[in-house]
Amino acid sequence: MISFSGVAKRYPGGHEALRGVSFTIEPGEFAFVAGHSGAGKSTLLKLVAAIERPSAGAVLVNGQNVGALKRSAVPYLRRNLGLVFQDQKLLYDRSVFDNVMLPLSFGELGAREAARRARAALEKVGLSAREKANPVQLSGGEQQRLAIARAVANRPAILLADEPTANLDAESALKILEIFSAFNQVGVTVLVSTHDEALLGRFARKVLRLAQGTLAP
Amino acid sequence: MTAWLRHHRRAFAAALGKLSAQKSAALLNSLVIGIALALPAGGYALLSDLRALVGGPSAGAPLEPSLTVFLRTEAKRPDIDALAQHLKLDARVRDSIFVPREQALKELQATEGLGEVVAALNRNPLPDAYVVRPRSREPAGIEALASDLRGLPAVAHVQADAAWARRLAALAGTARLAIGLLALILAFGLVAITFNTIRLQIVTQRDEIEISKLVGATDAFIRRPFYYLGALQGFAGGALALGLLWAGLAALNTGVGELAASYGSSFRLRFLGPADALAVLAFASGLGWFGAWLSVSKYLLEIEPR
Repeated sequence: MISFSGVAKRYPGGHEALRGVSFTIEPGEFAFVAGHSGAGKSTLLKLVAAIERPSAGAVLVNGQNVGALKRSAVPYLRRNLGLVFQDQKLLYDRSVFDNVMLPLSFGELGAREAARRARAALEKVGLSAREKANPVQLSGGEQQRLAIARAVANRPAILLADEPTANLDAESALKILEIFSAFNQVGVTVLVSTHDEALLGRFARKVLRLAQGTLAP
Repeated sequence: MTAWLRHHRRAFAAALGKLSAQKSAALLNSLVIGIALALPAGGYALLSDLRALVGGPSAGAPLEPSLTVFLRTEAKRPDIDALAQHLKLDARVRDSIFVPREQALKELQATEGLGEVVAALNRNPLPDAYVVRPRSREPAGIEALASDLRGLPAVAHVQADAAWARRLAALAGTARLAIGLLALILAFGLVAITFNTIRLQIVTQRDEIEISKLVGATDAFIRRPFYYLGALQGFAGGALALGLLWAGLAALNTGVGELAASYGSSFRLRFLGPADALAVLAFASGLGWFGAWLSVSKYLLEIEPR
């Protein structure tokens, strides 16, 4: 489903975020990307979503070489990915419901079907009662759950989450990971980055361990 | 197809919403565009009036040089026919129209302010005449034709208004060019105004654009509302320009009306015709769209990762 071979990423200015990274994640798998901050976790996830392009090597998603993807094809790749960010990237000028509607407004869905899917996504993360609220009124954990609802609204095959639990207390963090597990159980491939070793211990999953841009064996 | 239509409808609604959310800023921008467009549009309207005034409403091509060949009053039918034949055979003559003296008198009678004068005459003092349009527009060629025609037996007098017509045509041409240049310069201004407005709008929506791209919006989807915003602002500016022009001409017309009345004329400055007015609106909308296109393209290129 996701496959890296010999991937390197060097940013303009010379910083080398990743070096010779190779791994494969099978369809339906749940894997963590672990490592200290600056180890290259975010870069790895950004390469999957074509937010960054690799300097060397190949990034394959669903058999597609994402690194060589044309600019105009990138949106269609992203519609098949659910992205969750550490800083949530919510829009505070609109309601919880309208935040979830955002990715549904680009596609072929009619307004009624889009609203139905948005409500279904909110229900899965337990935010049905808050759909009219503004994201500012939500707690940190609720905001992250809203971000997940937005990520899954399009029913993507792959869910990518960059440090989704970094700013949360242990209980909220656990709840977030339980939601990811639930999606994984219905077949969604999940890739979550974290620097929280305690959390890794509670979920026995595949772990890609990054240190200074290389994958530890 | 239905999805495409829905996206456009939403983008249009979003653009309208932005305009109404920032009424005063939108109004000021449209006013700036309107004033900039009113200048060349007004110049164009005045030039059209000038051409109509000089040529008269019935003259097809008023600014083309022509010769008026007056026949001797004692000229008889055969003389007239011979002259007609001569004019037909002369390669320098494009065409000629015979104006019989009775018709000339009628036209003079119809001319405002002269009706009473003509009525006071007890006989028709006017001769038969030919209005000749030469092929050449060069004064030398027209003069040569005129002097040859003067030598013909039936001809009493040839009036060549070549120099006058040429001067007027050159003047009108220069005015048209000046208006064109003014329009061009102000078009650049209009694009710059829209570019800046859209850029400011993009800054306020930076988060929304970034997040939309992250969750799978195409560039076209992101561009669309800004296109509508630019085009709508241009359209509003164009409509304001037409309004300003109309008000300006109405104000001028009170003075022009009095002046024309003193000459026994009912001449008025006319507003742009429907086609010209539509062209102003389309031009303004198009330039607004173009300014938005430049602005959004620049921004999307800036945020594209390398």
